[in-house]
Amino acid sequence: MCVTCGCGQKGEVRIEGMPLRHEHVLPDGTRIEHVHDHDHEHGHDHHRAHAHGDDAGPDPVHGHHHAHAATHDDAGDAHVHHAHVHHARVEAHGHPHETLRAGATELVHLERSLLDKNTRIAERNRGWLAGRGVFAVNLMSSPGAGKTTLLVRTLRDLAAEFPMVVVEGDQETSADAERIRATGARAVQVNTGAGCHLEADMLERALGVLAPPSGSLLFIENVGNLVCPSLFDLGEAARVVVLSVTEGDDKPRKYPHMFRAADLMILTKTDLLPHVDFDPDAAEAHARAIHPGIATLRVSSRTGEGMQDWHAWLRRGRIAFGAS
Amino acid sequence: MHELGITRNLVAIVGEHAAGRRVRRVWLEIGERTALLPDAVRFCFDVVSKGTVLEGARLDILSVRAGRCCTACGASVEDDGAACAACGTSESRICSGDELNIKAMEVEPCA
Repeated sequence: MCVTCGCGQKGEVRIEGMPLRHEHVLPDGTRIEHVHDHDHEHGHDHHRAHAHGDDAGPDPVHGHHHAHAATHDDAGDAHVHHAHVHHARVEAHGHPHETLRAGATELVHLERSLLDKNTRIAERNRGWLAGRGVFAVNLMSSPGAGKTTLLVRTLRDLAAEFPMVVVEGDQETSADAERIRATGARAVQVNTGAGCHLEADMLERALGVLAPPSGSLLFIENVGNLVCPSLFDLGEAARVVVLSVTEGDDKPRKYPHMFRAADLMILTKTDLLPHVDFDPDAAEAHARAIHPGIATLRVSSRTGEGMQDWHAWLRRGRIAFGAS
Repeated sequence: MHELGITRNLVAIVGEHAAGRRVRRVWLEIGERTALLPDAVRFCFDVVSKGTVLEGARLDILSVRAGRCCTACGASVEDDGAACAACGTSESRICSGDELNIKAMEVEPCA
């Protein structure tokens, strides 16, 4: 299991054209995914600068090091937290000061975001994409809302205008990437295994395989799920949530995090509106109640109705992003 | 369901920093605007921490209210569109509730 990991075992993540990653196990049994480009935020470089070794004393914060180092094969790992110890204090909750006075235990101030690593990789992706003028759109929805069908139609409609490439996220199979490739566009499939969403490092690796050309439009089709993907920044320029009219029009209220995180909501399968009870006005009102700034569109990928509005939104987005 | 993955992050990060020492207590900060249920995190914590240095540790979860701040002076503002009580500015932005942080851990000294 990886420090960055969201749901599931990261070891199961498969990216077309990439070898699998592996994990390693710390002395205490903690499983950590081995990330070859990791940036040593708590890493093996810090402690070398520390002059510890002969200052053992009653200090509850520092007194433990000697015994500890001796119990590990890699003495370095014993001091991983060292840099964080000096300001051992917690604001606003708990009574950690007492534990320091007690001297029996040590308080280690961590101040680490649980999504820290994902956020930093996402920022790196964002810079990488911006440097190449690649406008990246993260498409999210429940399973079966019509993301792939919308993409297939879009890729065919706009093929002559600008280059487009696709990262396809699914738990299993490369069926969707095959559908995309049938349009002539390049696509790479990411299989998340047990994972229920894409994470920034998966996109990073997919970008390495895909190598989107400068000025291209990158679609990232996230794993079908209205909850988890909203938590994980990938480094995209825009987030689009797709809601089909065969679902409930109150979904924005039921899944507020997703609709709050999205820049645009697309209602799909509008050709089915005469046959279902879905009220598109109500759905859009619910979405705006959750997120006043959200843009909305209505399309039918089957009939093409409304697709020109979606195309226009993509063109505006590309230009605003700076793609030529 | 994502609480399980997030809690695995928690156990992995804390376990890594603990470097073999037993962890007695962990302070976690969860904002109201994150899609994370504290109770689900607690449930997952008991399961995920089994067999690690965190097994049996107390988990203190500090819930952080979703709040707005004045864009001009930073003072807390009650509602979107309401004028700031401190400086009168009517623009405010969401400034809390997205927290998802491990604040600290309490570890036993080495044997």
